[in-house]
Amino acid sequence: MTDTFDDLRDLYQEVILDHGRRPRHARRPESFDATAKGDNPMCGDRIEVWVKYGPDDTIADAGFQARGCAISVASADLMAETVIGRSKADTHALFDAFREMARTGACPHCDASLAEPMERLEPLAGVHEYPSRVKCATLAWHALIAALDGGREASSE
Amino acid sequence: MNVTTRPALLDVARIREDFPILRQKIRGKPLVFLDSAASAQKPRVVIDAMRGAMETQYANVHRGLHWMSERTTDAYEAARDAVAALLNARDRHEVVFTRNITESLNLMAHSYGRGILRPGQAVVISAMEHHSNIVPWQLLREEHGIELRVAPITDAGELDMAAFEALLADGKVGLVSMTHMSNVLGTYTPAERIVRIAHAHGAKVLFDGAQAVVHRRVDVQALDCDFYAFTGHKLYGPTGIGVLWGRRELLDAMPPFLGGGEMISSVSFEHSTWAEVPHKFEAGTPPILEGIGLKAAIDYVQSIGYDAIAAHEASLIDHALARLGGIDGVHIIGRGQDRGGVVSFTLDRAHAHDVATLLDRQGIAVRAGHHCAEPLMHRFGLESTARASFAIYTTHDEIDYLTDTLTRVREFFK
Repeated sequence: MTDTFDDLRDLYQEVILDHGRRPRHARRPESFDATAKGDNPMCGDRIEVWVKYGPDDTIADAGFQARGCAISVASADLMAETVIGRSKADTHALFDAFREMARTGACPHCDASLAEPMERLEPLAGVHEYPSRVKCATLAWHALIAALDGGREASSE
Repeated sequence: MNVTTRPALLDVARIREDFPILRQKIRGKPLVFLDSAASAQKPRVVIDAMRGAMETQYANVHRGLHWMSERTTDAYEAARDAVAALLNARDRHEVVFTRNITESLNLMAHSYGRGILRPGQAVVISAMEHHSNIVPWQLLREEHGIELRVAPITDAGELDMAAFEALLADGKVGLVSMTHMSNVLGTYTPAERIVRIAHAHGAKVLFDGAQAVVHRRVDVQALDCDFYAFTGHKLYGPTGIGVLWGRRELLDAMPPFLGGGEMISSVSFEHSTWAEVPHKFEAGTPPILEGIGLKAAIDYVQSIGYDAIAAHEASLIDHALARLGGIDGVHIIGRGQDRGGVVSFTLDRAHAHDVATLLDRQGIAVRAGHHCAEPLMHRFGLESTARASFAIYTTHDEIDYLTDTLTRVREFFK
């Protein structure tokens, strides 16, 4: 690997490249309870998210199909991985924390209960140094929240 | 390198001295600005002209009975003369100033579309239009009942002339509104042939010259077209000023676009009458400083000369197609024979946005995305491309640097 892009390793960590190349949750579940599309008209990125609820309204399964850059696909995949097994309320709280991390690089006020999932999403913190790419990382989350809230469309613009 | 066969090459090093911004460093690296098709950088003469006007002779135009207003009016109207000369227009009154080419095209859709075209008539565009030459006609279609026809392009990215002519065969087409050079593929459309065919079928022709006028001499009388639109900021001028040129008799027949001051002859609550062209289409305080800046930009371009500009860019294009096309995994979109300084490409296993971010880290500015031409992207089965675009200040070394850096980007996403 050339050293030319060393300073980009904050953004394109190996885990990002890996999930961008080989997303684990890029699929439409056979059955689902909620779905929404996300659209970023400025750059043409699009995503569709599906959610299946388990007992007590926890997210039993989540999948997506995305068209976009490595950051947006990796973020969608890490999101799905992280929210499966969580309640709607937890997922909302996680979205708020994730959004703050994507914008600022950290989430100092985050609830301690979010430490474990936030650690999993931490590889995406590097986007805060690239303002034009923050929306790539948050698009999937906007779509997921729209699905949980019963909406159909979301935009990261 | 076949330097001896190149006619009248530019002294690029000297031209680069004229653009202060090119001395900027990006993250410690020299700026390699390959996004001029989105908006070009500004030479010192443009910056100075606009600052000079604000510092020494600024007032509103066309109405003040005082020294400052008269001087400013003269300077602003000199821009109209400069545009008329640039396009070889017969009459300076045929030059209408707008805010940008999008407004020029909307003016056409409104005043020519609603005022002259009749419901049931058709407008022809091409499959390689910028959204600004698609959406105004869709709005017209919905509100006025015209039909919108799309002339296809070939896999090489050239207008399919047989299909184009077939679209005009039923005589319903009132207007052909087409790009003169694609902002994605770089392809020129064969403007003279388009005009001949359109006129033979009774249609008028409007060209979107946003890209073409930057790279090639445009002579509206030689083209024999009816309307020609371009924007100042891609031609090394300021943002906020665009141009619509049209034949006098056609502009005279068209109703106004925006209403307000400047565009009237007299106003009463019962009835108002319109000013003569071009002022009929120039409601409100015009882009005064932008006009002064545009004139400086046109003078600058004219001082270099389109022969030298076209030769320089042809050389850059040949070099870029050879170098970028030689990278394994890079695919150049569009192989038109007659093309200007734009190269769109994709890289295997890497999204255009990721490519752009990595290039940016090395100081290289390219555009990535759908380039406001989504239907064209879909025509080629793509969602986005990266695009390098060239200007008078672009060097062969910069293209080599792009090539070397892209080779490393490819390794990064391997």
